[in-house]
Amino acid sequence: MSETTTTERAPSVYVPSAEALATVLAPGARPRRPSALGASLTFGWRALLKIKHVPEQLFDVTAFPIIMVLMFTYLFGGALADSPRDYLQFFLPGIMVTSVVMITMYTGIGLNTDIEKGIFDRFRTLPVWRPAALVGMIFGDVLRYILAALVILGVGLALGFRPDGGVAGVAAGIGLLVVFSFAFSWVWTFFGLILRSEKSVMGVSMMVLFPLTFLSNVFVEPSTMPGWLQAFVKVNPVTQLVASVRAVMAGESDPSATMWLLAWSVGFVLVFGTLTMYKYNRR
Amino acid sequence: MNRRSTGLAIEAEGLTRSFGETRALAGMDLRVPAGTVYGLLGPNGAGKTTAVRVLATLLRPDGGTARVFGHDVVTEADKVRSRVSLTGQYASVDEDLTGTENLVLLARLLGLRKPAARERAAALLAAFGLTEASDRQVKKYSGGMRRRIDIAASILNTPDLLFLDEPTTGLDPRSRNQVWEIVRAVVSHGTTVLLTTQYLDEADQLAGRIAVVDHGRVIAEGTPGELKSSVGSGTVHLRLREPNQRPQAELVLREALDVPVQLAADPVALTARVGEAGSDLDASAQAARALGDLARAGIVVDDFSLGQPSLDEVFLALTDHPAVSADERDDELEAAR
Repeated sequence: MSETTTTERAPSVYVPSAEALATVLAPGARPRRPSALGASLTFGWRALLKIKHVPEQLFDVTAFPIIMVLMFTYLFGGALADSPRDYLQFFLPGIMVTSVVMITMYTGIGLNTDIEKGIFDRFRTLPVWRPAALVGMIFGDVLRYILAALVILGVGLALGFRPDGGVAGVAAGIGLLVVFSFAFSWVWTFFGLILRSEKSVMGVSMMVLFPLTFLSNVFVEPSTMPGWLQAFVKVNPVTQLVASVRAVMAGESDPSATMWLLAWSVGFVLVFGTLTMYKYNRR
Repeated sequence: MNRRSTGLAIEAEGLTRSFGETRALAGMDLRVPAGTVYGLLGPNGAGKTTAVRVLATLLRPDGGTARVFGHDVVTEADKVRSRVSLTGQYASVDEDLTGTENLVLLARLLGLRKPAARERAAALLAAFGLTEASDRQVKKYSGGMRRRIDIAASILNTPDLLFLDEPTTGLDPRSRNQVWEIVRAVVSHGTTVLLTTQYLDEADQLAGRIAVVDHGRVIAEGTPGELKSSVGSGTVHLRLREPNQRPQAELVLREALDVPVQLAADPVALTARVGEAGSDLDASAQAARALGDLARAGIVVDDFSLGQPSLDEVFLALTDHPAVSADERDDELEAAR
């Protein structure tokens, strides 16, 4: 570390030297432009570096999910099942989905902040595959989703969650959740681009996410709800996601829910991915 | 090796762009010769940044055309992007990352492999005097260091055209001189530089040609010398001892110089342009004559100076309205984005 040897904080005055500048200004051969995946992964690396430098941003993928699990398990556990532990067998896949789907909104907030600061101007003048900056950003977020899912799983196991699907079932469940969250993140990149401030992105996110996660089969069986609500709950993609994850974690499968879930995911990427890129190119 | 063509780096015709009700570009024409520093001079809100954003492919014009090295900025944006680089007014590197990380990230996005990217980053940091700060987060850099890393990031691939949007705004004089030295080095290696600035002396120091921009269009264009002589080569600033002598002083000056005299807000101050094109005397001779006439009229002058016309005065001469910093317009633009 060179810093330990310097005694004074005062930096030496920089005098631009023509020779030193000449060595870096000599035009070299232009390297080949990176592949779409290569560029996306490089942007993903940026997301990792940001986590390294600003570890506080992991708060929302660790503390928030833990609070969600504890709160709802003990709040509803006794009322809705015989005990919190029984409720947890039903509830854990659902709260995992709720927490991770809620975290997806930070994709929009992060993008909005980046644009506000101006760094996206630099990225948009680079001759790389256009969606790479956004795809890379979501790659970074996918890691956060996985981390959040694992934290919730850990808390669940500690509280007595015992999935019949075993390691393979749980892994498959988290896999489905990550696929959906990746696709759903494109909704937020779109809002991150069109809305003016971080606050408005947050506001819209909450308005979408609360009904989407609560009006579903996460907390209770839909059969207990009035008919009109059941109709909404039935088409809600979160319901399909929870049904799929619950099934594979229990060592079963729900092909119809899984199919719907994948259809929703493809739809989100196609519709909101396209809208996002349209806005991204035309700002 | 003949990447750098000799013709025009930028050719823009009739560029228009509005944000809501505000016309940021109102038919801007530009012809920037390759291999030079070209200055876009104007106050805040004149449309300089919008012009740069259109030329750097960040913003689509509503009308008009622009070509960069012959490539259309809308239909061949990718070709343009491979030859230009932009250092914007705001953050153009990631403040959370270190200097090295920023440069390695961008070098990799330009296609360098990891070892080559690291090497390039280290060389640039050394040339820009940032080696000691290379492992510090950019948000901990001083203003001058920030600008240097911004510019270093922009020349990672030695672009053929570099956009510098107000590169020295907010810098102390020493940092400003460092940036000027860097710009000179960059252009001496064949990169064309399009520089926006609010300061006439900056454009004067660096630019081979200047376009004066106001309300979204170019209102004057030429070499710094041409522009200044079209405005008058200097301005006389006077401060009198007695405020009640000002009306008389105004008359004497108008007689001696044959130009309009401005009365400043300060009740003892007056200014007048000298060295107008077409005058038989140069600026200093005119000023001397004016001073002599004042003394003979018994008017006591406490303070006298002859200076280059300021941007304000160039503006006043070219537009008949002062170069008020149009901050409200700027906010509007910001809101419209």
